[in-house]
Amino acid sequence: MSSTPEVIVCDPKPMGLLQRLYVIEVLKGLGVTLRHFLGNVFRRTYTVTVEWPEVKREYSERLRGRHILVAREDGSPRCVACYMCEEACPADCIYIEAEERDSDSVEFEKRPKVFEIDLLRCVYCGFCVDACPKEAIIMSRVHEMTFTTRDESVAGLDVLLQKKPLRKEDMGYRPYYGKPHSHIELPIPVKPGGLLG
Amino acid sequence: MATRDEIVASIRKAFPEGVRLLDGGDLPTFVVDRAELLRLARHLKDDPGLDFKLLADVCGADYAGREERFEAVYHLYSVTHGHRIRLKVPVREDDPVLPSVYGVWRAADWFEREAFDMFGLRFDGHPNLKRILCHPAFVGHPLRKDYEPGQRWLLREGEQDEPVWARQPHEDDDHFETQVINLGPSHPATHGTLRTVVRLDGEIITQAEVEIGYLHRCFEKMAERHTWKQVIPYTDRLNYCSPMINGVGYCLAVEKLAGIEAPPRAQLIRLILSELSRIMDHIVCIGANLNDLGAMTPFLYMYKAREEIYSILEACAGGRLTISYVRVGGLANDVPGDFVEAVRWILRRVPPLMNDMEKLITRNRIFRDRTEGVGVIAGAEALDWGWTGPCLRASGIPYDVRKAQPYLGYETFDFKVPIATTGDTFARYIVRVEEVRQSLHIIEQALERLQPGPIICDEHHVALPPKEQVYTEMEALIWHFKLIMEGARIPAGEVYGFTEGANGELGYYIVSDGGGKPYRIKVRPPCFAIFQAYPHMLVGHMVSDSVAILGSFNVIAGELDR
Repeated sequence: MSSTPEVIVCDPKPMGLLQRLYVIEVLKGLGVTLRHFLGNVFRRTYTVTVEWPEVKREYSERLRGRHILVAREDGSPRCVACYMCEEACPADCIYIEAEERDSDSVEFEKRPKVFEIDLLRCVYCGFCVDACPKEAIIMSRVHEMTFTTRDESVAGLDVLLQKKPLRKEDMGYRPYYGKPHSHIELPIPVKPGGLLG
Repeated sequence: MATRDEIVASIRKAFPEGVRLLDGGDLPTFVVDRAELLRLARHLKDDPGLDFKLLADVCGADYAGREERFEAVYHLYSVTHGHRIRLKVPVREDDPVLPSVYGVWRAADWFEREAFDMFGLRFDGHPNLKRILCHPAFVGHPLRKDYEPGQRWLLREGEQDEPVWARQPHEDDDHFETQVINLGPSHPATHGTLRTVVRLDGEIITQAEVEIGYLHRCFEKMAERHTWKQVIPYTDRLNYCSPMINGVGYCLAVEKLAGIEAPPRAQLIRLILSELSRIMDHIVCIGANLNDLGAMTPFLYMYKAREEIYSILEACAGGRLTISYVRVGGLANDVPGDFVEAVRWILRRVPPLMNDMEKLITRNRIFRDRTEGVGVIAGAEALDWGWTGPCLRASGIPYDVRKAQPYLGYETFDFKVPIATTGDTFARYIVRVEEVRQSLHIIEQALERLQPGPIICDEHHVALPPKEQVYTEMEALIWHFKLIMEGARIPAGEVYGFTEGANGELGYYIVSDGGGKPYRIKVRPPCFAIFQAYPHMLVGHMVSDSVAILGSFNVIAGELDR
């Protein structure tokens, strides 16, 4: 809590004759840009900018994209309509209606009749994934979404429920335990895309 | 530094009546009678033993149900002694008038306007008391507890805010008519939607006034309606150039109130990512400032590093900008296994780019001619306006929260505070360049110390238990359920949390009533204080200088307007 911390005084040095002449500094600057230019032409390993959508960049396994409702083996949603994600959502974008599940098992008594997420309202914070006690909602790596109407942006069970087996490369943010399952790749990895994605 | 008792004794001695000390709390807190406020303010500023030169924040608070319903809350800081106090001035609903302290600290200018706008507190003696974040056609005061949030107020053409002087024709000494023009609100050189009305005499600005609030998203009102955890995504959207620092600041303030601490590993990761965010923020500021002055190249070079830092944030948190990574009590997830190597890669990547940029700019005569001596502000004046951060340090005052009141263990790291003495636009540029270097140095040391360990504390009344316990243990599931459905229970009280944001002191004044939701959150955005001096600094400059000055302030509209 000292009142005089260690400081570096970085006052500008007065311009010398060479700087005031201007031309020499310009040539030095041109040298820098020329070096970058030639480096880009002959020795370019990669560029941080991506020629989207022909080329797409790869994201980590934690990217928070469109949600996935995970299905059981029989194709019904794992969701037990407990409303935890609806409560946890800071954007109030989840709407659930529960119904009785006709099954003999006492383990799962309820299931969602309606499960809607307004994808335009959603802020993709991942709190619903954190809140879910059944690992029934996870996030995908799909982040390119287009809608032609506002109604279309409200995704129901038909869109969100993923009945096919989940592929690892589709899954984004999901509960993790044990070792972190994400890794950072630098330089930034890209993959060929296509105009239609 | 005076101790708490010394401060209290000194104020008691000078003011035996009208000033009452509150027990406990994070800062010495005084309840001040409004009749004594001005005299006390002068005493606090001028007494050499107290020396509160920086008015960090003024805000209102609404305690509906109390006899004196509203409170104006002042946070003061002494740069020389390193101590803080809080003043509270209660006023009644039917007579919400209190004296303005603008005459003592000019920093009160916009902060008092905001308290007027949000709560209807009237500051007697304020030179320009009008709405600041809401538009002129707005009815009511939105942060009052009885304000109905769903209402919409339409601003019609012709009702927009106009300075009084802008409507009057005016001739200069040579009988030429001066003209009034708008710089902005939507202009490529205003970073964010900021409107500056200026009166021009030829190309010289003779009068200026700023209108802000175009990006007001009711952060503070929203925070009162969400649980403590749900506020975190909103903090990302304050200073969107360095989202990590906002989240860290918020969570540190809440942790202070709850009396918990994040585990060491979480603190180090917070520190590393905060410093990376600071680098990103400075890169944006320098790059955009240069871009406005016509130098596009360094902007593009620097953005390479910024893009890669975003990749690291995305791999850690799952989002590039809207990261929502920090939690009260720790972090959402542990960092990926190759975090250290990736950050080392960045540490190698940034310096050559910085060197290239410096080669192009620092001794370039065009840049220096356009920035040296432009927008000069002396240290004392800057402090009076409530400036903090790189802009204040460029005026020669070495105030850095990381040194003055360290958090996250900054006191254990070796770094220096870059300052400059000239206080002009060039000094603000060069201080930021040096700060990037210091941040890299801090990160290097922090990486050495990173040890495996937990990343969130196990006080489960505020922090979610780990998922594997939720799936298998009854108790963890109950904690989980209660936290999600009711929100964390933060003990009643108030706290002012301060961190060094990329632009300066980022303060969170948080009041809790013990429920699951914050009672009041006030953000003290650093660029709010900096930007209020802008119209005054413009006078005498040319129009093209206004662009250079604005760029060097790094005004982030998300944080300015909240």
